[in-house]
Amino acid sequence: MTLADVVQRLELKVLSGSELLEREVTGGYTGDLLSDVMANADTGQVWITLQAHINIVAVGVLRELTGIILIKDRTPDEATLTKAKQENVPILQSDRPAFEISGLLFNLLNE
Amino acid sequence: MHYPRHEFPIKEMDFVRAGEASLQVKKILREMKAENDLVRRATIACYEAEINAVVYGRDGVMSLEVDDEGIYIYVEDKGDGIPDIEQAMMEGFSTATEEIREMGFGAGMGLPNIMKNADEFTISSAVGEGTRLKIIFRSGWTTEEA
Repeated sequence: MTLADVVQRLELKVLSGSELLEREVTGGYTGDLLSDVMANADTGQVWITLQAHINIVAVGVLRELTGIILIKDRTPDEATLTKAKQENVPILQSDRPAFEISGLLFNLLNE
Repeated sequence: MHYPRHEFPIKEMDFVRAGEASLQVKKILREMKAENDLVRRATIACYEAEINAVVYGRDGVMSLEVDDEGIYIYVEDKGDGIPDIEQAMMEGFSTATEEIREMGFGAGMGLPNIMKNADEFTISSAVGEGTRLKIIFRSGWTTEEA
């Protein structure tokens, strides 16, 4: 499944990386502790989090995540979006809480 | 075979650049065709060490050395140092401020994550002077010539 499919089915807003949506999504990881995500998320997954500060981009690049979904309308600042564009990390946004987004994504990937 | 030594500066409380040193190390390991699991382990350890230097270190340097036997990463900082290393190594122990914790750091997972991912890990620290980490990766490291 591509990131574009996930965006459409989960009704996500694309904040950065609209040209990168053909990337394949292999799974997901939900968490707000950066060390936990570094240690346990896998290449190709999307990361679901409430963290919207600039260092989420570094985690996304270093762990080669397909994208980051910000929950409950968390909004990154301009510097974060600029960095995300530079580093080719798609940042997506939802008004739903982490539990719902995780559940929806889980079901979608297991269809 | 001779490999060049690389050094990357780490700036205190600079969360815009935090992760850059780790990314440079990762790129070099990829260029050297290190296997994926080794790159993953080194990336996690570097990021944790780099974040520690950003948060606690008052500037630091990450250095990368490579030889036929392994990959050696040194992270040195000029921070307050760690009075009790055994305590600092315990999962869940952290001295991070509330502000840092709200950013998702300071969960007390950093040093344990380095330990888990490295093949060898030594940490030395002097209160008032700084902290020095030596992180070694050997497993999975084969040079193309080998």
